[in-house]
Amino acid sequence: MGLLGFQGDVSEHKTALLKASKNRGMNITVREIRKDSDMNNISGLIIPGGESTTIYNLINSYGLYARIKNEGMNGLPIWGTCAGLIIISKNTGDDRVIGMDLLDVEVERNAYGRQINSFISELDISGIGKFEGVFIRAPVISHVGDVEVMAYYNEKPVMVRHMNYIGTTFHPELTDDTRIHELFLDLVEREGYTSTGNNKGDN
Amino acid sequence: MTLNLSELRFGDELLKRGFAKMTKGGVIMDVTTAEQAVIAEKAGAVSVMALERVPSDIRAAGGVARMADPEKIKEIMNAVSIPVMAKVRIGHISEGLVLQQLGVDMLDESEVLTPADPFFHIYKKDLTIPVVCGARSIQEAVRRILEGAAMIRTKGEAGTGNIIEAVRHIRMVNEGIKIIKTLSNEELIKAARNIASSYSILRHNVSKDLFGAEDYLGEFDLYSGLSLEAIEKEAVKVLKDIKRLDRLPVVNFAAGGVATPSDGALMMKLGTDGVFVGSGIFKSKDPEKMARAVVEAVENYEDYKLIGDVSSNLVGMPGIEIENIPPEQKLQERGW
Repeated sequence: MGLLGFQGDVSEHKTALLKASKNRGMNITVREIRKDSDMNNISGLIIPGGESTTIYNLINSYGLYARIKNEGMNGLPIWGTCAGLIIISKNTGDDRVIGMDLLDVEVERNAYGRQINSFISELDISGIGKFEGVFIRAPVISHVGDVEVMAYYNEKPVMVRHMNYIGTTFHPELTDDTRIHELFLDLVEREGYTSTGNNKGDN
Repeated sequence: MTLNLSELRFGDELLKRGFAKMTKGGVIMDVTTAEQAVIAEKAGAVSVMALERVPSDIRAAGGVARMADPEKIKEIMNAVSIPVMAKVRIGHISEGLVLQQLGVDMLDESEVLTPADPFFHIYKKDLTIPVVCGARSIQEAVRRILEGAAMIRTKGEAGTGNIIEAVRHIRMVNEGIKIIKTLSNEELIKAARNIASSYSILRHNVSKDLFGAEDYLGEFDLYSGLSLEAIEKEAVKVLKDIKRLDRLPVVNFAAGGVATPSDGALMMKLGTDGVFVGSGIFKSKDPEKMARAVVEAVENYEDYKLIGDVSSNLVGMPGIEIENIPPEQKLQERGW
């Protein structure tokens, strides 16, 4: 499993993934992705929460933008949380962060306001049920194209999926609830994709 | 789906600590203008600290340093998409609430400003937005966390460009964590009692005034509605979290003397989650280049070739030898 490791709540995702894999009886290793060769031989990728502008700049300066986008189009399961969702979206309406156009949604950054407007609300996720949604300077999904909306908050989509992609505007990794991480592992198993490259990875 | 307000929660510990977690692995830069904020954002800063003067200028100017002009902070908030932090004087809840109202994303209850309260730090659980506090040691960190700090940073010695005090403070915290790992429950309670005792200084002084030598601690409100016993209990909780997690239960950054990319890398190697750079960026010769270089070094703190490359032809801020600072001008001595 790959986990974009530049910046953000990377260790929280790692802990949640390992716990989820235990619950599922799966044996996984998690690799933090920082350079192109780290992208070889992975079966899934999580882009964590953090500062989307910062993560976007770093993805670009380390030449990972095109690689992640290509692997996604080839079928690599990718889950973006908050900043991660912004990066894989179709349109961000902000030229400081250009979406990869992998997930057919338009997002509006920091649309709920500043940190004082960050909130926790119970969500009802299709196929999962009640879930504690932790929204931190979260984006709003302002328009959806060809995706399945799995959860709404205040009539706006907050969790979507399509083919090999999942996007959440909230942070499941900040709670002890690993059901969405398990859902992602199921997707990884179902897709059975492994990225290739010239350099041999250790996954 | 309709909005159910009773299920909505704002200002939770989870949201405050969660916000801090989103800055992990990043660099937070002091800026004094909207233009500087844009430079910092473009260089990859995860957040900016909006100030009227950077610490080295505050140090040079002397006098009372207060929160920044709200107009200045608004300008900076309007210029960037990354979160904006601002400094509040130690113990000055009113400045804190003004900054919160303004829309600042996180407060830094900072020794760089002149402290406002000689007895107490802000009870940070009274604020909706998260607060970061400086600490020189594990007991100072525990006090700040029990008061509700969502993030800790080393105090270091701000505005000096000298990393030694930040290293001293992270080592003091790390050593404390190592010791706490080995403590029994009884020993944790003993440590908590000692950590809590500093909250009784005001009560102790006043009861001495009233009764002479006798202490009258009582079981009533000592600090923000908490009795000494309640504070001890909170301290035990924090100590137990540290023991269980083998680290502070909140994000822990470096601050106070980071002047070069290698300084940032050193602090990351010593276990910090990220780095604040105060005067180090905009007091350097080429701020844009320095800002990018520090970000890259922090992201890749063990890639020494890269750090060497980004450090080439950088001229850092002039530094100050700690021994040459008169004790009363040491910022780290502010707060307790």
